[in-house]
Amino acid sequence: MATFDLPKTTAAMAGVPLVDLAGVCKVYHKQDNLDLVVLEDVSLTIREGEIVGLLGRSGSGKSTLLRIIAGLIRPSSGSVHWRGQPVSGPSEGVAMVFQSFALFPWLTVLENVEVGLEAIGVPAVERRRRALEAIDLIGLDGFESAYPKELSGGMRQRVGFARALVVHPRLMLMDEPFSALDVLTAETLRTDLIDLWMEGRLPIKSILMVTHNIEEAVLMCDRLLIFSSNPGQVASEVRIDLDHPRSRADPAFRQLVDEIYGRMTQRAPAEKMEKRVSEGLPGTGIGMALPHLSTNVLAGLMEALAARPYDGRADLPDLAATLQMEADEIFPMVETLQLLRFAEMADGDVQLTELGRHFVNSDVDARKRLFAEHLLAYVPLAALIRRVLDERSSHLAPFTRFSEELEDFMSEDRAEETMRAIISWGRYAELFGYDEQAKQFNLENPT
Amino acid sequence: MTMHHPAMEAVHRRRYVPNLWDALAFGLVFAGLIILVHGGRETLAPLASLERSPVSLDPAKLPEYALRTTMRMLAAIIASLVFTFAYGALAAKSRRAEMVLVPLLDILQSVPVLGFLSFTVLGFMALFPGQVVGVELAAIFAIFTSQAWNMTFSFYQSLKTVPGDLDEVSRAFRLSGWQRFWRLEVPFSMPGLVWNTMMSMSGGWFFVVASEAISVGNTTITLPGIGAYVALAIEQRNLAAVGWAVAAMLAVILIYDQLLFRPLVAWSDKFRVEQSAGGSAPRSWLLDAARRTRLLQIVLAPVGDLLGRVPQQRLQLSPALPNKARKLWRGAWADRAWSVLVVVVSVYALWLIASFVATELAWPEVAKVLGLGVITMLRVVVLMALATVIWVPAGVWIGLRPRVAERVQPLAQFLAAFPANIVFPFAVVAIVRLGLSPDVCLSPLMVLGTQWYILFNVIAGASAFPNDLKEAASTFRIRGWSWWRKVILPGIFPYYVTGAITASGGSWNASIVAEVASWGGTRLTAHGLGAYIAQATEAGDYPRVVLGVAVMSLFVIVFNRLLWRPLYAFAGRRMRLD
Repeated sequence: MATFDLPKTTAAMAGVPLVDLAGVCKVYHKQDNLDLVVLEDVSLTIREGEIVGLLGRSGSGKSTLLRIIAGLIRPSSGSVHWRGQPVSGPSEGVAMVFQSFALFPWLTVLENVEVGLEAIGVPAVERRRRALEAIDLIGLDGFESAYPKELSGGMRQRVGFARALVVHPRLMLMDEPFSALDVLTAETLRTDLIDLWMEGRLPIKSILMVTHNIEEAVLMCDRLLIFSSNPGQVASEVRIDLDHPRSRADPAFRQLVDEIYGRMTQRAPAEKMEKRVSEGLPGTGIGMALPHLSTNVLAGLMEALAARPYDGRADLPDLAATLQMEADEIFPMVETLQLLRFAEMADGDVQLTELGRHFVNSDVDARKRLFAEHLLAYVPLAALIRRVLDERSSHLAPFTRFSEELEDFMSEDRAEETMRAIISWGRYAELFGYDEQAKQFNLENPT
Repeated sequence: MTMHHPAMEAVHRRRYVPNLWDALAFGLVFAGLIILVHGGRETLAPLASLERSPVSLDPAKLPEYALRTTMRMLAAIIASLVFTFAYGALAAKSRRAEMVLVPLLDILQSVPVLGFLSFTVLGFMALFPGQVVGVELAAIFAIFTSQAWNMTFSFYQSLKTVPGDLDEVSRAFRLSGWQRFWRLEVPFSMPGLVWNTMMSMSGGWFFVVASEAISVGNTTITLPGIGAYVALAIEQRNLAAVGWAVAAMLAVILIYDQLLFRPLVAWSDKFRVEQSAGGSAPRSWLLDAARRTRLLQIVLAPVGDLLGRVPQQRLQLSPALPNKARKLWRGAWADRAWSVLVVVVSVYALWLIASFVATELAWPEVAKVLGLGVITMLRVVVLMALATVIWVPAGVWIGLRPRVAERVQPLAQFLAAFPANIVFPFAVVAIVRLGLSPDVCLSPLMVLGTQWYILFNVIAGASAFPNDLKEAASTFRIRGWSWWRKVILPGIFPYYVTGAITASGGSWNASIVAEVASWGGTRLTAHGLGAYIAQATEAGDYPRVVLGVAVMSLFVIVFNRLLWRPLYAFAGRRMRLD
């Protein structure tokens, strides 16, 4: 586990441990295939007085980990302790804020906030007093009798916060709480929350938040645990000692963001040797999981890279900001380009290859030919499908012939996504056709 | 800490000035109470009182009859709700109960309950010998059996599809089972439940009319109500009285719709999960009135408060079994034992039915009944096809014209709710006078009440057809047959299937009353399974009733599995517009 060598504050280190995880694994058993490992050997401690961020790409199991801590999911192995006691179901003193807000649409703001108190049997008068206090604190005054559907997204998430705060939890868990909000609203909510935290007005001891937004994590957290995917593991830990309020324009802030970007694109050395062929994408050979990206998006990204101001080479955070994308969205695109040898990564920068430039400068038919060549050469699944179709006298092959093979390597959902990706790429490259109704690959090319 | 907060003070400070809405609301509330007490008293009388005051054809008595009929409906719907909550919750929460309860429900849905009327009447009369209550309960039970199943199914399916994040919230905040049920599960299932209750109500009217004049063997028991009134009018060949009954029924349904369902639909709108405020919300003048009243709000506040407390209690039972026993109970061996038990009981039940039927009937009888089933099926298929050919174009025409649709849609829903068996006498009179063949001419009666489901679903589909697709079709000049085939028919298909499933199920059920019709002494009988069941019921021939009902259930189930289910799945897969 690597740690940034920034000066450490002692406050967070001295806090009483709230959550203690040791060797936690989560495996989903499948009937006849390999087990799907979502989390592998995760150990961490969360103490009083800190905001901890779980940062990782989608599918890295960070939300699963949050739910294990919340007691909503049981780990397959390893131990989870909440204030010294083993966790066996949702614990008292833990409250959760959801990405989708998860408000009861049939209850008013006030009733939604009171729900958590009802569950622990707080008497009616006390309940009302505490609910109004929380509503007041979070800036929802005047909205008590509104229904969630009358509120904007930001206001809805404020209700989510009030509902969590009102039970006075020691630990507040937040599952990507700002990712369903627009940029401005999310920023307001973040600063409001940090202000309340810094002023010590939140009736909580610690916050654990899941996010895939690097800047958000650096803006809010005292400590970051960076997750690697497949299986989910804590790849490294970063301590952030910038003073609040933090500014995105601060050079130290920028540098930290850049470094984390670098960490998230770079793989552990051992992994790198093994996955040389697949570059960033999980799995190797046939078992490579492909992201379902439109060829238009891939072409668009290459065009953007080739054009000014990048002229073929771009800083990843910078490119993401220009294209208004989250890191989480741009990683799979860059990795797909890498896989197809249209681009390569170097020191957190992405660079078009010669062939990538060639692609950008070609016309439609030439692009298709080039794409087809690279697909056959570098994506084993595409080559397999083409070979099977060529070998069979009917030139037909069912969807399940390949999807079942994929499911030996990955989850059903991922196999489905990979198949969708290869179908759309193969169609674009005119390598093979696909009949959705018959669920069959073919070599027909309607002309 | 002192709080000066509007929401806090709202509890204490209210103006006690009644307004106009109060007068209206009070009138309604007290009239309702008086009606309830009046109707309730009659049911406790001894059975002999029915004979002392027989049903009369005086139109002045109709309001009272209508009231009695309506109260039976109301009682049945409450029973259905209670049943729904219990059965649906059990099926959704217990894996083992689910194994048995869901297929059972599927079959119960397909059983023509009219055939069982005579069984249940005897049973309930034995429970309350010599009292009207017994017969009343039998009638209510008959209505219940026509209403409960689809409500239960809807509730069960809602429980199974509770949104994942709301489920996590209720677990993370540690709501007790009781709190979860009232805070999450019941509210989430509310829109579907209200809609299905309305559909059940429509079906119920049909049965209430059929169940008020029940002949068991040689005795005919008549409960005061609209159904009994119509039965008497048929016996005395009084066409004017039938007309009065139709008018009364129209009025009752209209009042019911305005006073009960409109407010219910408007109220249940808040339980929809979609978070956007788009679309026009359903409204009800009654609900608006109740919300604007002042005095009534104050009077009802304690009631609302009390009801509001129900979901707030934790009411948690501590686990009754020790840990070890619970582990054993959850284990794989308990599962196996349960499966064996289920199989044994079902085999025994099958054997019981077979032996009961076999006491008096032989294989030729079974073959004959199957043949009759085919005849009735032919009727259903032909009539459904006819209704489709007529109502699909009509529905599309109406649905594409929003102004027309706005007016016609409530009418179509209303017609679907109207118990068609009340107007049967008009058709019978026509057939008798003109000397037509009952085998052909009685058939349309089967779809008389059910065809409207096709119409209003097609209207709904055509109204919801996306405007951009309409515009695209007209820009590319897609016209004529190709427009029907490529544009509108695929667009309304899922809606059509939904309507057709309801219509076809209803038609099977209606065959029991539609294939046999009488006018005074004249009796028209068509060949078919419905007539077979009706005649066997009248003769008190139970083995034949069981055989007939079993065969009809079989037909309905096969029909559903082989035709409607695949069509429904196809519509969901290929023709969704999203």
